[in-house]
Amino acid sequence: MQISGAQMVIESLIAEGVETVFGYPGGAIMNVYDEIYKQDKFQHILTRHEQAAVHAAEGYSKVSGKVGVSMITSGPGFTNAVTGLADAYMDSIPLVVISGQVPMSLIGTDAFQEIDAVGISRSCTKHNYLVTDAKDLPRILKEAFYIARTGRPGPVHVDIPKDVTAQIAEFNYDIELNLETYKPHVKGNPRQIKKAMEAIANAKRPLFYLGGGIINANAAYEVRDLVHTTGIPAVETFMARGTLSCDDKLLVGMLGMHGSYAANMAMSETDLVIALGARFDDRVTGKLSEFAKNAGVIHVDIDPASISKLVNANYPIVGDIKNVVTEMLKLVSMVESENYEPWRETIENFAELHPLTFHEDTPNIKPQWVIKRVGELLGDNANISTDVGQHQMWTAQFYPFTRPRQFISSGGLGTMGFGFPAAMGVKAAVPEKISVNFTGDGSILMNCQELMTAVEKKLPVINIILNNNFLGMVRQWQTLFYNKRHSETDLSVQPDFVKLAEAFGGIGYRVTTKKEFDAALKDAIEKNIVAFIEVKVERFENVMPMVPSGGSLFNMMLLEKKESE
Amino acid sequence: MKDNNERRVVSVIVVNEASVLSRITDLFSGRGYNITSLTVAPIPESKYSRLTIVTSGSVRVIEQITKQLHKLIPVLRVYEHADLVEKEMALVKFPITENISDISAICNAYNGKIVNVGHDVIITMVTDESKRVDHYLEAIKKYNPKEIARSGAVALER
Ligand SMILES: Cc1ncc(C[n+]2csc(CCOP(=O)(O)OP(=O)(O)O)c2C)c(N)n1
Ligand SMILES: [Mg+2]
Repeated sequence: MQISGAQMVIESLIAEGVETVFGYPGGAIMNVYDEIYKQDKFQHILTRHEQAAVHAAEGYSKVSGKVGVSMITSGPGFTNAVTGLADAYMDSIPLVVISGQVPMSLIGTDAFQEIDAVGISRSCTKHNYLVTDAKDLPRILKEAFYIARTGRPGPVHVDIPKDVTAQIAEFNYDIELNLETYKPHVKGNPRQIKKAMEAIANAKRPLFYLGGGIINANAAYEVRDLVHTTGIPAVETFMARGTLSCDDKLLVGMLGMHGSYAANMAMSETDLVIALGARFDDRVTGKLSEFAKNAGVIHVDIDPASISKLVNANYPIVGDIKNVVTEMLKLVSMVESENYEPWRETIENFAELHPLTFHEDTPNIKPQWVIKRVGELLGDNANISTDVGQHQMWTAQFYPFTRPRQFISSGGLGTMGFGFPAAMGVKAAVPEKISVNFTGDGSILMNCQELMTAVEKKLPVINIILNNNFLGMVRQWQTLFYNKRHSETDLSVQPDFVKLAEAFGGIGYRVTTKKEFDAALKDAIEKNIVAFIEVKVERFENVMPMVPSGGSLFNMMLLEKKESE
Repeated sequence: MKDNNERRVVSVIVVNEASVLSRITDLFSGRGYNITSLTVAPIPESKYSRLTIVTSGSVRVIEQITKQLHKLIPVLRVYEHADLVEKEMALVKFPITENISDISAICNAYNGKIVNVGHDVIITMVTDESKRVDHYLEAIKKYNPKEIARSGAVALER
């Protein structure tokens, strides 16, 4: 079939089963937008900023497991989207981002809205393409989707000059891909798997270290089986929240900089780390030389480059987690769960010594209470996004996650402004669940323009602004490590968040008591339109426990105990 | 990770396509790896090119370089050589007034010769292991070389 490059983009998206595209038009991509206008197979959601279009596609992808798609124009449209690409790259989120480019004849002439887009995206995408002939488009788009979702997932950027979208060429999407140079490992080496299981059987204090790769691989339920049949305790990274259910007896908690005392101590005392889809990030390990110092390491990952990058793996296994864990389950009779009973008791003692908690000792609402409360009221019924800062860490600590893909947050890049657009993407993908975004008074102003998108497209995200009148996380570091010099973090001057929401046609609430909070949340859910619930919280609350940057996991700053305890 | 920096030669077979070289050099600069020299040329009658990169780093860094290179989509193979034949070429321009027979004799010792004689200058070419090229350049210093062009190493596993 002979069609234009622009029509090819549409046909390819349809062939990939794409249902939702997040984007923003402009000169160089107009031919494609003209074809979007003429079709009704997928919906286009016009965000009010290109960064938000990519974050929305990320949220959509993270909650659904599908490839997220976003479309933007050249020049400033593209540069606005770069933060989203970088965010998706750091968190291994499969995206296809299509940008317009100036016509081929103008490339290199500093034309209007020309920027070397593939030059910029090279270092923050899994792969990228500049399409120079429409006849290559079907293959390139098919490769883009394939590369985005296979192996270690990630964003793929496709830059298409305007004349290529106008060019007529033969379209056939029913082609075999022949990527000689890209063949991700899927099956783990059986001998390595057997050796790893022997090591587990011989260990006295083994510990599962569960990472976000499990969720990307849709392997959480297999991992639950493995944890339960072996009886080995597990810690989760921030990215892995929801792999085990919060009420799982074997879940010790989240580890790392703001991990629980028990999780960090377990990691410090283990004799065998069983890392599944985790990458030994510096926010997790603290001081590397002291991390799990006396332990052997089993490391299962789809990405060979993640293995032995920071911590040497004694049992490296390259493969898809679901595949490898399924193989491990077949050998599980080698392992005697009772052998770990003393170890489980040790960990229980850690948890009793310093449980993860907070004190309600001020007249103002504690931010942690709000998160716990939403957990009590909505629990499994909500998908939870966050922005970046203290509120993000409290959400990871205190929300009762019960399933994988329930928690959507910017982990690797830590992008303020991620939460709200991501929550819209989540709502677009899973409309039957309530989409809640825990955000801060700083973060929400980065991308608050998305109120307009949410109103227009009826994406009733509930944004809970934990207002401490501070860039709280930075303020916390200043308090602790800069002798309370709170340089440029005081956000006393603020918009009226209620009016702000209302100005766009959303709904706003300002609450200062627990009762008001419950009522506002109930009302927002009933009204079913995008909401800002501004909660005035205790200003100087710190996220605890805390491993100071570069410190050892076992050297935590802990919540001060109350006299009564 | 700054322990014992070792010189290493890495060869990379890549699909011969636009911007593939930038992908490789961006990877090195973005992750803070060294490039001592880099050569690239198409492999005849194939769609691939061979790059030879001379780099240095600890064992762990070299392992990461190999793995990260392999992660790039257009990379077919990465050889991190242990046992290889490695050669490099150097062209050197001397004033014609220097002692040409001395220069010629030194060239001979390094598999080289005079390849061009002009009005004011002569040009020599030597091809040898990189280390030996270093020695050669040291030896000819006193003959006032005007310009030096080194090719960077190319290598094949034995
Ligand atoms: C785009 C961006 N700029 C700056 C930062 C650095 N940063 C991390 S947390 C934070 C404060 C966030 O404040 P707020 O949204 O109010 O959250 P809080 O910590 O108060 O809960 C800042 C500025 C960042 N992560 N992202
Ligand atoms: Mg704040």
